[in-house]
Amino acid sequence: MIPVVSAQNLGLTFSTNDGDVVALSDVNLTIEKGDFVSFIGPSGCGKTTFLRTIADLEQPTSGTLRINGQTPEDARKNRAYGYVFQAPALYPWRTIEKNIALPLEIMGHSPQQQAERIKRTMDLVNLSGFEKKYPWQLSGGMQQRASIARALAFDADLLLMDEPFGALDEIVRDHLNSELLKLWDRTQKTICFVTHSIPEAVYLSTKIVVMSPRPGRVTDIIESNLPKERPLDIRETPEFLAIAARVRDGLRAGHSYEEVV
Amino acid sequence: MMKSGLSLLQSVLALLGGLTALCGLVGAAISADADILLTVAVGLGALTLVRFVFRPISFWLDGLAAVLIAVALVLALPRGSAMPGHYWFAMVSAWAFAWLFVDQLSGEIRKGTVPRKTMGLLIPAVFGISLLVMWEIVTRGANVPPVLLPAPSAIGAQLENSRGILWADFVQTFVKSVIPGYIIGCLAGLIVAIAVDRSPFLKAGLLPIGNFMSALPIIGIAPIMVMWFGFDWQSKAAVVVAMTFFPMLVNTVAGLNAASTIERDLMRTYAANYWQTLVKLRLPAAGPFIFNALKINSTLALIGAIVAEFFGTPVVGMGFRISTGVGRLAIDLVWAEIAVAAVAGSAFYGVIALIERGVTFWHPSVRGGRA
Repeated sequence: MIPVVSAQNLGLTFSTNDGDVVALSDVNLTIEKGDFVSFIGPSGCGKTTFLRTIADLEQPTSGTLRINGQTPEDARKNRAYGYVFQAPALYPWRTIEKNIALPLEIMGHSPQQQAERIKRTMDLVNLSGFEKKYPWQLSGGMQQRASIARALAFDADLLLMDEPFGALDEIVRDHLNSELLKLWDRTQKTICFVTHSIPEAVYLSTKIVVMSPRPGRVTDIIESNLPKERPLDIRETPEFLAIAARVRDGLRAGHSYEEVV
Repeated sequence: MMKSGLSLLQSVLALLGGLTALCGLVGAAISADADILLTVAVGLGALTLVRFVFRPISFWLDGLAAVLIAVALVLALPRGSAMPGHYWFAMVSAWAFAWLFVDQLSGEIRKGTVPRKTMGLLIPAVFGISLLVMWEIVTRGANVPPVLLPAPSAIGAQLENSRGILWADFVQTFVKSVIPGYIIGCLAGLIVAIAVDRSPFLKAGLLPIGNFMSALPIIGIAPIMVMWFGFDWQSKAAVVVAMTFFPMLVNTVAGLNAASTIERDLMRTYAANYWQTLVKLRLPAAGPFIFNALKINSTLALIGAIVAEFFGTPVVGMGFRISTGVGRLAIDLVWAEIAVAAVAGSAFYGVIALIERGVTFWHPSVRGGRA
């Protein structure tokens, strides 16, 4: 089976006025269909850059990257993934349902298809009843759910999420995390999830990619053996804590906190 | 002072209004042919002084006093000569009562004791009417030569008498020059802005020239436009096009960059093409900028058309009437024309602002919410 994402010796160097900045260096990673992969690391470790590279929003400067066996550009043009950004980025002049319809309009779905998919994805993220509201009339958590619905609407098999709950408070975040797990279970999608929270990464993932900065590289890849059914209190079990400890070790090993500034 | 329940400023105004009304009453008593209505009005005004010794009175009575004294005074104004000295006391009294009324009314609105919706409109109305009444009393009462400043009543009469002329001028200047020029200029600015945005070559080449051109005094080109396009409305419309083009160009170019990076990245992840991104993201995001230009241009267009008519026109048009009216010392006609222009300009601006509220309802500046 062709892996959903496969990176070999991937590198990305930004040229800036202050010289070159190595954002990614020698990244090797394979993501299989149905995986829930978290990318964790301190800021500047290239986790967001890697996600953007998968999405063809940045171009690698060395190595190879294949999405479903295609180049990132072809994959993007084939609408292979849905992307959830750090901010909801809902268009304020569109209602929630029109925001979710945006990718469908662009991809040329018929009005009936649009209505059917809007209904289905809004049910999926528990936003039914808010179709006619404008984004600025909803709370931050609801806005982010709407943006997830928008990414799901066109049924791409790969979902790329860049710290989607980073701006939300912990109570809302816990709630959305467990909903995200259910959603992943129901839709069988492959999810790449960037975070800087260890509990979030361990709670959600089947595979945790630990990254470290300067240059951005992968220091550890941890396969999680937690069951697929995960109530929120799984976070107190010894198995959970053991994985969390390993993630913390990986972060510490790859990163000297007494760094030079 | 304590008994009246007024602030310091309000007390001063109440005292001023009452005392000047009293002076007006005394003046009327010792003059030979006192106007009965005015005498009664200032008498009532003087009576309000009881608030300082007896008990506070409703601010509506202050408003009533202001209206009564003002109406009586305007009716009593003599024709063709200056008004008697004690009438000035009545004028100051009416002014003080009007101010006192508005000041108390706005206080009551803030407290919530009178509804904001209806009464809020009363304040600017009282303000505007007071201004007109003062204008009327000063020009007629002091017998100001009409060539310097005609009374509002004379301007009103001229508006009524010259309705045909004013309508013809309005059609010539506003309907034939301003509207087509405005539409062509704004549309051209919008289209060129999109082209400039699309092409780096045009952006580097055309935009600096555009900025340079917009710094030119566009009115200076009016005589040239008259040579190119003739005396009729076409040359005026051309000036309006030139005046409205650059504000629209510059604003739209800025507006097309208003969409955030995330919003654009989103379009890219959908593999949206240029036109989809333009129509579904960048133009809506540019809306507030475009409407800014539309509002600026609505006033610029009227100025441009009127001034352009100073440089040659058929014998009709608002600018023509103003320039020849001054030459013939028909100043009340000039003022009537200015009044028409002011109303037309405000209405034009108002319509654009209303459309803006409807179209960019989502923008924080319109919905009054957080960003």
